[in-house]
Amino acid sequence: MPAAIHTAGLTRTFRTKNGTVEAVRGIDLTVPQGEIIGFLGPNGAGKTTTLRMLTTLLTPTAGKVTVAGRDLITDPGGVRERIGYVAQSGGTDPAVSVREELTTQGRLYRLGKTEAARRTEELAGELDLTGLLDRPCGALSGGQRRRLDIAMALTHAPGLLFLDEPTTGLDPASRAGLWQLVRRLREKHGTTVFLTTHYLDEADALADRLVIVDGGRIVAQGTSAELKQLHGGSPDATLQDTFIALTGRRAGRETENAPVAV
Amino acid sequence: MSHLLTDTGIVAGRYIRQTLAARAGLLFGALQPLVFLVFFGPLLQDVDLGGRGDSWQTLVPGLLVQLCLFSSTFAGFTLLIEKHHGVVERMRVTPVSRLALLLGRLVRDVLQLFAQSLLLLVAALAFGLRAPVAGVLIAFGLLGLLAAALASLSYALAMRVSSPQEFAPVISSLNMPATLLSGILLPMTLAPGWLDAVSRCVPFRYVVDGVRDAFTGHYAGGPLALGAAVAAALAALALGLGTQVFRKANA
Repeated sequence: MPAAIHTAGLTRTFRTKNGTVEAVRGIDLTVPQGEIIGFLGPNGAGKTTTLRMLTTLLTPTAGKVTVAGRDLITDPGGVRERIGYVAQSGGTDPAVSVREELTTQGRLYRLGKTEAARRTEELAGELDLTGLLDRPCGALSGGQRRRLDIAMALTHAPGLLFLDEPTTGLDPASRAGLWQLVRRLREKHGTTVFLTTHYLDEADALADRLVIVDGGRIVAQGTSAELKQLHGGSPDATLQDTFIALTGRRAGRETENAPVAV
Repeated sequence: MSHLLTDTGIVAGRYIRQTLAARAGLLFGALQPLVFLVFFGPLLQDVDLGGRGDSWQTLVPGLLVQLCLFSSTFAGFTLLIEKHHGVVERMRVTPVSRLALLLGRLVRDVLQLFAQSLLLLVAALAFGLRAPVAGVLIAFGLLGLLAAALASLSYALAMRVSSPQEFAPVISSLNMPATLLSGILLPMTLAPGWLDAVSRCVPFRYVVDGVRDAFTGHYAGGPLALGAAVAAALAALALGLGTQVFRKANA
């Protein structure tokens, strides 16, 4: 079975007034199908740049990349047909109704009119949005809006889903709901999930494997237990200790503690 | 190619529904030229403007171009708001044709301009404007091309900047001189030589002159052909630039 994501030497440099900045410096990464992978790193580590490249929003400066079995450089259209992406800020217009957004999204994924309407009802049912279909997106709560963002990304039932800090700003109950949703997606459909997060407990609880980036490079990868053993000093080390040992910084914003969710 | 047409239709449909849902906006967008029509137009009725036709046939074409200038150059504002909400990125991750994301918006913008222009024309008829139907249709063709050109440039700019604070000053500082220098309120035939010469560097002037000739039924003269050529050339250039910006993944 081919990998869901395979990168070799993935690089991105930006030209600024003060010279070139190497945001991502040669990332080699393989994500097998059906894996939930947690992509972690301090602010400015290159997480977002990597994610934007993998989702076709940004062209890599160098490197070979296959996403969902398609070459990212030569066939970005093929990649787009096979991936779903939930940006941190979401992607819905607050003035537009939930139904309009879901149906338009279906049409953009080239579903016919009746098929798009049917898929809208189906997704709303699956993500508990049925009663909200005719409300403007702006009237939804944080948790509801996040479920809508995910419904939009699942329109074409992609085998690979990218989630950029999906639970930032959510209350504990919505967080727990989202974790369950991600697990259910993998169990029911074998979906590969690539998620970035600031919350170490989230990475610990949800991801099969963690990839830690710093300064545009991968500094460690493995299961949570492996990383704690290898870099944190003992199997009883916390992931925070491990993270500090690897990057010299704490994960997340200094004062922010993740709400507990199960 | 077939995807481009379907996708353009889907994108246009989305924005047309949004515009129809906020119909009051159509009226507000046409308010400025309407105010000029009602409170400025009557002043010109007995003044010799030196052109062909009566004062309404001179003023209304100018007001139509003014409407086109203002509503189309600010089109990018809506894109900036959508960028802020992540709507643009969300759409760019779908297989939708990149060009359709631009063309679909332009279809809405041109239709919206036609609706507003019609409103202005109906008001002008009440005040005493008379113009041949064929001339009005030709004028709409020119205005549609100009609207597509300006909106396209506006979207290209909106794709490249990140905030309304960067966007609005550029547009405002271009619009005001362009309005004055293209003879929108009074024809440039009244201008002293130097001002007339400067205004010949502003492409909108030729569109205004062309529309004026269309409104007086002078289809065969040079000004209408020149106005049409300028509008078409602007549209081609602007669409080329817009296409490039929308195709580029990093915008």
